[in-house]
Amino acid sequence: MDTTAQTNSLAGIAASRVHVQPGTQALGVGLEARGVHAWFGEKHVLSNVSLDFWPGTVTALIGPSGCGKSTFIRTLNRMHEFIPTAAMAGEVLLNGEDIYAPGVDVTKIRLKVGMVFQKPNPFPSMTIAENVLAGLKLAQLKVENKDDLLEDCLERAGLWSEVKDRLNTHGGALSGGQQQRLCIARALAVRPQVLLMDEPCSALDPGSTLRIEETISQLSSTVTIIIVTHNMQQAARVSDYTAFFLSDGGPGQMIEVGSTNEIFSRPKDKRTENYVTGRFG
Amino acid sequence: MTTLAPAPTAKPQKPWAATYKDRAKTAGIFVASMAISYAVVAATPLKGKLAYAAIFFASYIVIDFVINFVKAGRPAAVDAVFRAFVTMMVAVAITPIISILVTVWIRGHHGLHWTLFTKDMHSNAYTDAVPQGGLLHAIIGTFLLVLFAMIISVPIGILTAIYLTEIRGKFTRPISFLVQAMSGVPSIVAGLFIYAAILLPLTKKLNGFEGSLALAILMIPTVARTSEEVLKLIPSDLREAGVALGGTQWRSVAMVVVPAARSGLITAMILGVARVAGETAPLLLLTGGSGTKNFNMFNNSMGSLPSYIWQCFGAGTPESITRAWAGILVLLVIVVVLFTAARTLGNRKVGKK
Repeated sequence: MDTTAQTNSLAGIAASRVHVQPGTQALGVGLEARGVHAWFGEKHVLSNVSLDFWPGTVTALIGPSGCGKSTFIRTLNRMHEFIPTAAMAGEVLLNGEDIYAPGVDVTKIRLKVGMVFQKPNPFPSMTIAENVLAGLKLAQLKVENKDDLLEDCLERAGLWSEVKDRLNTHGGALSGGQQQRLCIARALAVRPQVLLMDEPCSALDPGSTLRIEETISQLSSTVTIIIVTHNMQQAARVSDYTAFFLSDGGPGQMIEVGSTNEIFSRPKDKRTENYVTGRFG
Repeated sequence: MTTLAPAPTAKPQKPWAATYKDRAKTAGIFVASMAISYAVVAATPLKGKLAYAAIFFASYIVIDFVINFVKAGRPAAVDAVFRAFVTMMVAVAITPIISILVTVWIRGHHGLHWTLFTKDMHSNAYTDAVPQGGLLHAIIGTFLLVLFAMIISVPIGILTAIYLTEIRGKFTRPISFLVQAMSGVPSIVAGLFIYAAILLPLTKKLNGFEGSLALAILMIPTVARTSEEVLKLIPSDLREAGVALGGTQWRSVAMVVVPAARSGLITAMILGVARVAGETAPLLLLTGGSGTKNFNMFNNSMGSLPSYIWQCFGAGTPESITRAWAGILVLLVIVVVLFTAARTLGNRKVGKK
């Protein structure tokens, strides 16, 4: 990330990022949503979203509350079905294969598409080290060298130097920002291809937010990242692509997607322009 | 050279605390109410402790209301009356408990003796003088009966709670309803059920295990409901995090949810034990009573604290009744210790060792 751009304009921040151009990868890799709809009971909350996520990119989903962003990313690793009244339609292709096809092992999908939640949620009964390695135990994966993996994940999450002397203490004693980075390390330990982040910084102070944004930038070369955020500065700072979601009282829809630079400097849709310029939302 | 100005000193104070005047006022109302209750009892046909208490409460509330109404107006007066009323209701609720504890201590402590914990009753009668014989057989019996009841009911109770909170299958509502209804089952009914289902058709003899089965029936609802409440308190974030890391639901429950709820589940277990430790009726039906130590759950009748107390009262001499009160005291201490342990473990914060 180019930190020399000392501008407050969103377009300026977005322009300072180096973009991975779309279309450079053959279709059938990465994550593709095709006509995704979602319901909770009778309520249609998300309508017909089609969106591609290229490997090694960061995509930000922005839009006002209640527009279906969080619901949408929860359909991408099949966490949506965790809610009893939930229903969905459409396809989500991971490396060209529909994750909702009959016979798909849902636990394998969630291993490949990891998730970081809005509120830091380290496991309270486990130590820091156990938290990071929890995914291996949960999914019954074997690794050669746990210590290396532990250090690698904490390093990539930007937490290693802060916790390396107290790996066997409980995660609850960490600050909120450290807990969230612990959760990122935990998600990385199972080596996901895609990392979904649902407003990962909304409960954090600016310093912790900055650390997590740095973490995202470091990760984006190896992991495809999809981040829901209410902070448009954040979207401009960390993402390559931005998708704008909006609900006009009915189900949420994706209004526009493009490179972050375009969305913030010359959006095609009037509603996107109103939102990114702060006229509503 | 300049001298440093003395550091401003401040003492921690509580400006919002009750002043001496406030306290004097409360004490005044208290004394006045007591005087009124004595006067009324003396002057009218009303008699007894109940009359004293009722008149004291009524006059306290009236005086409190009037004083506050005159000084601070109606809302403050209503607030004061509400507070006085709640305090009095707490006093009413606590009185029988204190009364039981005091009575048990007064009548039971004469019967306390070290031999209670070292001897049994195989060569003594309940009517013998107190230092002869002891409670050992009954303590061992109660311990074994409760231990077996626990071994049976704790896994069933906790798994039921997991079904109700984690699996949330089709039968969640009816099972939840049944568990609640089961917690109202009278202990004698549980005893009769085992009597009819196992003792009459199969064993045709009294033994400890049948008693444990009946106790387990009584324990399961307590364990299941308490565990359910505890598991409901675990934030769903943690369950989602477990599943999002690629765990199956079973592994997520076993590795994340249950460890997070561990101290609460221990509390549930101990509350279940405390629920059945003093049960008498099913034990009289199924395990009988015996004055000899019996370590075999599957053969012969077995002593227990409740049946010891029951038989001592039945014997009816002053010695046996002293024994009975001592037995009650021991049982009560065991239950209080268990409750305290449950509270201590339950209050420990999750994640701290």
